[in-house]
Amino acid sequence: MPSVKINKKSTDTDMTPFVDIAFLILSFFIMATKFKPPEPVPITTPGSVLSQKLPENNAVMITVDSSNRVYFSILSEKDKTKFDAVIQALNSSRSLGLSPAEMANFKQTFMVGVPFGGLKQLLAMDPKDQGNLKQPGIPVMDSANNELVWWIGAAKTAFAGEALNYLIKGDGQSKYPAFEAVVSALKRNDEFKYNLVTALDDVPSNSELDKVNRRLTK
Amino acid sequence: MSSIDTSSEGGGHKKGPGVKKAKKLSTRVDMTPMVDLGFLLITFFVFTATMTTPTTLDLNMPKDIKNPEEQTEAKETGVLSIMLGKGNQVYYYEGKLTVDATGNNFKQTTFKGIRQIIIDKKKDVTGRHVHDESCKKTQDKAKERGDPEWEKSCLDRDFVVIIKPDQDATYTNTVDILDEMTINQVRTYAMVKILPQEYELIQATERNNGIK
Repeated sequence: MPSVKINKKSTDTDMTPFVDIAFLILSFFIMATKFKPPEPVPITTPGSVLSQKLPENNAVMITVDSSNRVYFSILSEKDKTKFDAVIQALNSSRSLGLSPAEMANFKQTFMVGVPFGGLKQLLAMDPKDQGNLKQPGIPVMDSANNELVWWIGAAKTAFAGEALNYLIKGDGQSKYPAFEAVVSALKRNDEFKYNLVTALDDVPSNSELDKVNRRLTK
Repeated sequence: MSSIDTSSEGGGHKKGPGVKKAKKLSTRVDMTPMVDLGFLLITFFVFTATMTTPTTLDLNMPKDIKNPEEQTEAKETGVLSIMLGKGNQVYYYEGKLTVDATGNNFKQTTFKGIRQIIIDKKKDVTGRHVHDESCKKTQDKAKERGDPEWEKSCLDRDFVVIIKPDQDATYTNTVDILDEMTINQVRTYAMVKILPQEYELIQATERNNGIK
């Protein structure tokens, strides 16, 4: 009996277009990704309609987390000597008694959120372990002992003659008095211009700003 | 197609009987491991990608001036005071605060409602604008910016918004109201400490409305 030969069709599918797209997406993500620096505290910033970019150099970042703790950090990728200048100024003005090794460690410290009394302990730690330390925040609420004033003052001296931006990065849930205390510390250093770090929101259509933007781009 | 077609079926001429066919090796490469790796990387980058680029909102604070003679005065009719309270509530009054037998201009709204109030107040103030010499400067500046409606740039000169967040207002509320200033193009605004009388009023309202 002659058997009927069934033509066997290959189960292979051509995956090429699929792979093409996959690699396209892959290359997009590789290029679009910018790695976040390690943050000891998660901050969710509120949104704003302004699309101005964030300066990454010559800036002081003051972070307020959701429990109103204040942290201080310096953004200066180009010139690492600024870190030394700040910590040395503070060491002598506040007589912190830091060792040279501890002062060198300040460069690696991403954020400082301890009172001056606890700074030695923080800087004595390995930068990798600092994330595990629960930082209580820089004391700011007591206007007689607003330690942030000293930090800003030291940064201001270190960056003398250069443009210095003051970034305030607050968590959306933090309360206004903490923000006010940060502003008053800046004011006491005669600094009146700040940048608030926000995420980008859309401009509501037909609002005044929307109309002005359209007028100016015409 | 990724693989090159190497089969000679259908095409080409027939060879003679003595010609041996050379065995052709397939040039197909197994792409599976590469694809696996590709997708692994995709998932990795999708998870680590930070799509929201941070932007900044400029804030200029005034210097604290103790001497009352040097302080800037605002026309009472052009002032809108906005206070921020607990639970994303907004309180406001126009001009001077009056809460007595003659009337009560202390009102409550939300962040959605405050936009219309700012727009209405702005319209009201610009409607009462009287042109004078000091307007020229503002108009010239607008001309420099290339604003085709530079003539109107001076109309809101007397419009001032005073922002007073109380101690229960969150940072989001503060940024939102500053944003509202940008959205509605309020040129003059100031952030001021809340007065005890206003804070008491807000607390009383919060108690009555059960806002926690």
